[in-house]
Amino acid sequence: MARSIKKGPYIAQQLVDKIQALNNANQKKVIKTWSRRSTITPDFVGHTLAIHNGNKFIPVFISENMVGHKLGEFALTRTFRGHAGKSDKKSKIK
Amino acid sequence: MARIAGVDLPKEKRVEIGLTYIFGIGPSLSREVLEKSKVNPDTRVKDLTNDEVGRIRTALADYKVEGGLRAEVSMNIKRLMDIGCYRGIRHRRGLPVRGQRTHTNARTRGGKRRGVGVGKKAKTT
Repeated sequence: MARSIKKGPYIAQQLVDKIQALNNANQKKVIKTWSRRSTITPDFVGHTLAIHNGNKFIPVFISENMVGHKLGEFALTRTFRGHAGKSDKKSKIK
Repeated sequence: MARIAGVDLPKEKRVEIGLTYIFGIGPSLSREVLEKSKVNPDTRVKDLTNDEVGRIRTALADYKVEGGLRAEVSMNIKRLMDIGCYRGIRHRRGLPVRGQRTHTNARTRGGKRRGVGVGKKAKTT
């Protein structure tokens, strides 16, 4: 079920603060974040976020098209390298 | 000859049904269009007068059908693939996008079943 519109999009407060600070200072810095559940807002555009995938941080450059998606959608948590015995056909990730 | 939105409509069917042969028009939108254009949904496509066909065409102009709709859908999918999000990756790899299981089933996305081994007969019991 989709989130109620009444509540507005969810974004982790600490992330909002950091982005705001960067926007005010007009600088770009990679922000590390664990908050995969946060929605991308237009404020994020142009920044690079390092999104945790449970193992390491995946740097993701936020473009305009990504607004409205969640951060977690851009940092995959699983690595599937194909089944045993299968030839190398599908072994590349992504 | 009733040719609407670049599609030939089946002659022997009622317009209400015939319109659904256009990509992007289902039963409910078909009824809506006919009501707007004041055409009796029970008339057969072959019995439509030129005037009625014209009215249906003008009523249809407000909706995205056929090529335009197809283009929009593929643009949406392309967008997902370009931003590199999870759904886009699933589209790229031709796997189910909405969290369905892939252990079994998933034949719509997976295509026809590829058998295992050649000449090996399936064992019963």
